Amino acid sequence: MKVTTEQIKHVAELARLKLTDEEVKSLNMEAVIEFADKLSELDAEQIAPTNHVSDIYNVFREDVEVPSYDRDDILKNAPAKARGCVLVPKVVE
Amino acid sequence: MNLHEKTIHELSSMLKAKEISSVEITESVLGRIDAVEDKVGGYISVAAESALEQAKVADEKIAAGESVSDICGIPVAVKDNICTNGIATTCASKMLETFVPPYDAFVSKKIKENGGVIVGKANMDEFAMGSSTETSYFKITKNPYDLTKVPGGSSGGSAAVVAADEAIFSLGSDTGGSIRQPASFCSVVGLKPTYGLVSRFGLVAFASSLDQIGPMTKDVTDCAIALNAIAGHDSMDSTSANIKLPDYKSALVNDVKGMKIGIPAEYMGEGIAPDVKTIILAAAKKYEEMGAIVEEFSLPMTDYALSAYYIISSAEASSNLARFDGIKYGYRTKEFEDLNDLYAKSRTEGFGSEVKRRIMLGTYALSSGYYDAYYKKAQQVRTLIKKSFNDAFAKYDLILSPAYPNTAFEIGGKISDAVQMYLGDICTVSVNIAGLPGIVVPAGFDTNGMPVGMQLIGKAFDEATLLRASYAFEQNTDYHTIRPTL
Amino acid sequence: MNYESVIGLEVHAELSTNTKIYCSCKNEFGLDVNTSCCPICTGMPGTLPVLNKKVVEYAIKAGLALNCSITREGKQDRKNYFYPDLPKAYQISQFDLPLCTDGYVDIDVNGEKKRIGITRIHIEEDAGKLIHSVMGDESYVDFNRCGVPLIEIVSEPDLRSAEEARIYLETLKSILQYIEVSDCKMEEGSLRCDINVSLRPVGSDKFGTRSEMKNVSTLSGTQRAIEYEIGRQSEILDNGGVIEQETRRWDDAKGENVLLRSKEEAHDYRYFPEPDLMPIVVDDEWIESIRATLPEMPDVKKARYTGELGLGDYEAGIIVGNKSMARFFDKCVELGGNVKAVANWLQGDIMKVVKEQDITFDDISFTPEDLNELASIVDKGTISITAAKKVLAKMFETAEKPSKIVDDLGLAQINDESAIEAMVNDVLDKNPQSFEDYKNGKTRALGFLVGMVMKESKGKGNPQIINKMILERLEAYKNS
Repeated sequence: MKVTTEQIKHVAELARLKLTDEEVKSLNMEAVIEFADKLSELDAEQIAPTNHVSDIYNVFREDVEVPSYDRDDILKNAPAKARGCVLVPKVVE
Repeated sequence: MNLHEKTIHELSSMLKAKEISSVEITESVLGRIDAVEDKVGGYISVAAESALEQAKVADEKIAAGESVSDICGIPVAVKDNICTNGIATTCASKMLETFVPPYDAFVSKKIKENGGVIVGKANMDEFAMGSSTETSYFKITKNPYDLTKVPGGSSGGSAAVVAADEAIFSLGSDTGGSIRQPASFCSVVGLKPTYGLVSRFGLVAFASSLDQIGPMTKDVTDCAIALNAIAGHDSMDSTSANIKLPDYKSALVNDVKGMKIGIPAEYMGEGIAPDVKTIILAAAKKYEEMGAIVEEFSLPMTDYALSAYYIISSAEASSNLARFDGIKYGYRTKEFEDLNDLYAKSRTEGFGSEVKRRIMLGTYALSSGYYDAYYKKAQQVRTLIKKSFNDAFAKYDLILSPAYPNTAFEIGGKISDAVQMYLGDICTVSVNIAGLPGIVVPAGFDTNGMPVGMQLIGKAFDEATLLRASYAFEQNTDYHTIRPTL
Repeated sequence: MNYESVIGLEVHAELSTNTKIYCSCKNEFGLDVNTSCCPICTGMPGTLPVLNKKVVEYAIKAGLALNCSITREGKQDRKNYFYPDLPKAYQISQFDLPLCTDGYVDIDVNGEKKRIGITRIHIEEDAGKLIHSVMGDESYVDFNRCGVPLIEIVSEPDLRSAEEARIYLETLKSILQYIEVSDCKMEEGSLRCDINVSLRPVGSDKFGTRSEMKNVSTLSGTQRAIEYEIGRQSEILDNGGVIEQETRRWDDAKGENVLLRSKEEAHDYRYFPEPDLMPIVVDDEWIESIRATLPEMPDVKKARYTGELGLGDYEAGIIVGNKSMARFFDKCVELGGNVKAVANWLQGDIMKVVKEQDITFDDISFTPEDLNELASIVDKGTISITAAKKVLAKMFETAEKPSKIVDDLGLAQINDESAIEAMVNDVLDKNPQSFEDYKNGKTRALGFLVGMVMKESKGKGNPQIINKMILERLEAYKNS
């Protein structure tokens, strides 16, 4: 599948990346996607996908409370914070 | 012989015999770092102060006659994508330059509980994406055998510091060969355990279904010792196997008589450098001399493994790395118009090119209309790859192959061509796709004196057989004793 | 034109587990910001989720209560999107293998039963909360709600009016509360819904284009939001316009909705199987053990009360409608209490106190055994109804056994006929005129005499015995 610059720009938007035309070129996504396209040669229609290599199932935790972290530790790495919260530009949705 | 040149098992015996102290070993290692780190550049950060404190604690335990682990008092380097409480964990990215986790990874906790001394955080490719450690935001690590060459990657720092005696052993992570390839390039022993043997809790995720943490050591005995220290069930990792584990040291038996070893023809094809091929065939011969049965066989699906690997790992990475958005931790751009601008600028400025490339590929592979052709298809191929290994292991106890088609390449030599770089992973990625254990041990040197490691692949959770065959090889060769001169 | 509205609801209910879905932080509403958080629920690098078993059990319980099939091998998936209240930038949810599918719930629309299909129920994690600053250009992120377990219940497009949708939501709410998987406090946001609405000409069996409305979080809001949307769509269609497939946001204060995003702007969530979590395998044994924890559903309970127990429709309705009363009542019945008497006590005097004290029947200081005992003492005639009310008041205060209270307060009736006869004789001796009055047809005399004897006995004489004894004497005189 040949990808268009438009598609690449759309993917960048989905990934929240700002790529200039030059960067798009230097990432050489066409070649990378062509490399991935190797799989299209193969017919695997009837094959079930493997999501996990191991056959472990039903891994659960009991519903028992463990003390939470100090708020200071939770917020320690935040680039902007105030009033015990992480600060972000105003959003409405 | 200087203390920093010794192995875990040598130092451990000396510590237990009270001939030396952990503080002395740690000082020796820190001295070595002072002496050669400028040349090697294997560390992102060195924690001298806390290391000496941990060494003191270890010494007290030993002095008190407590029964201690074999790694008690031993200096270890930890790859910088493994969280260490209170010590910056950067993933070699500008994005996490200032990130100090308030928690330990499971393996960091295990190292501490066992009395290990964490001397520093090892350099790596940014977010473990790369095969040369050149994509690190901070520095380029050099191969101790030739400072103009790469140490491999992504655990290049972990490999280089062990080869350069800047740590007695180290921890790396392996998503598609990131422990095994640098082990091959730097002539150390590197083990990628079976998926689920070592907890991933606290390992900053690259590709969740492929990542495993493993030890990088100076010899096979140390590998078994380090594996004993970090393997085991963790209730914080749902993919962690809850099974009874052997004492891996007891697997160290110098006997491979009757063992069946297969060499996949697909891993010995055109792209493999002649020197590498020669060394792997010599290793095969060695095994035959020791009484093993070695034969060539075909491992189908190898042709598709690389594409499947890059799709699966990039897709998972695109999701795993979405959390680095400038909000809760890590890099936030200085100027932005609104939320989306904040996201896009922080991520674009915080991530390097290779990371962006993988995020792009992964996002594309998961996006509406493409999922079936890429991600789902890759997971179907995964089923087929798993099956071809199952078939192989019906006939063989182990698979022998190169770890990489070449020896270490020049710094700057491959970085400009992503696809060329990806093609080099041909011998390692299938092991991760199938979740199997793989070990690389020193097997010789090419005509330029650069190390070549051989890879052994085992059945799931059969690390014992891997270690046994590796140990037998090591006992009958002396490649592991040849150290670089710096 | 006349349109028929076609409505489907996606209801999100927060589960009332002790802890969050993927970490062991407390699941509680109203805590100080960012105090119920850990590296896992705030999405710090390297952390991993481990599923809370209770969440699976609650979801299956809801599925069983809503007549669903339970998925034998379920999985969890990642739903990827960027938003500040979603720290991992993906929500762990379920995509193609939800835990429950193909159920239904019967609702009562003005006396008529209507069956609403349930497409699926899946588990997922809630997001955090954004607090918007009034003055500045900033929002504050509180991660406490991150990882609170949710079930999303998706209905078939079987609802045909705003009222039906409200009744459906009310029914769902009462069921979830009844089976104790969610407290469904809409004011705390623990029950929220997204609403899909489309219109089609009456008589048509083809679906029209639907809009999705978000942010509806009250029962009355649901009805109003749907009415508004039906009006909006009708107007467009009447003017020859077309309905766009879009997402709209309900503003409850303004009573209107606004466009949130068009079809072109729709999110591409890039769902894929969550590699950090293993499959959920559910076998018969597990399902049956969960089924065993299901309480009797309200409709079944009411049928039992009116049938087997012989209660009237109205009083059965009252008991079923109050969960804690029903629990207390069921216990009394189980212990062999007098059904009618207990039902009367619960709905009458006890209900009054429960209301006054603003408590539930679970908080009452005495036990179902105690209430049965009280009823039985009255039945045996040991105390009068009037005395029983005094005993009940004391039971609320002291939680002592009714028999002990009766003894302590000396409330037991005098049933000893010879003792009563002595008092009767005494009163009759003092009131000879009464015999004449009675003979002359003044039947009031009987009441007067009974009253006098009751007074003599300090209220403890058994009125039935007194009545009978005096009547016999008066009749004998009359006929002599």
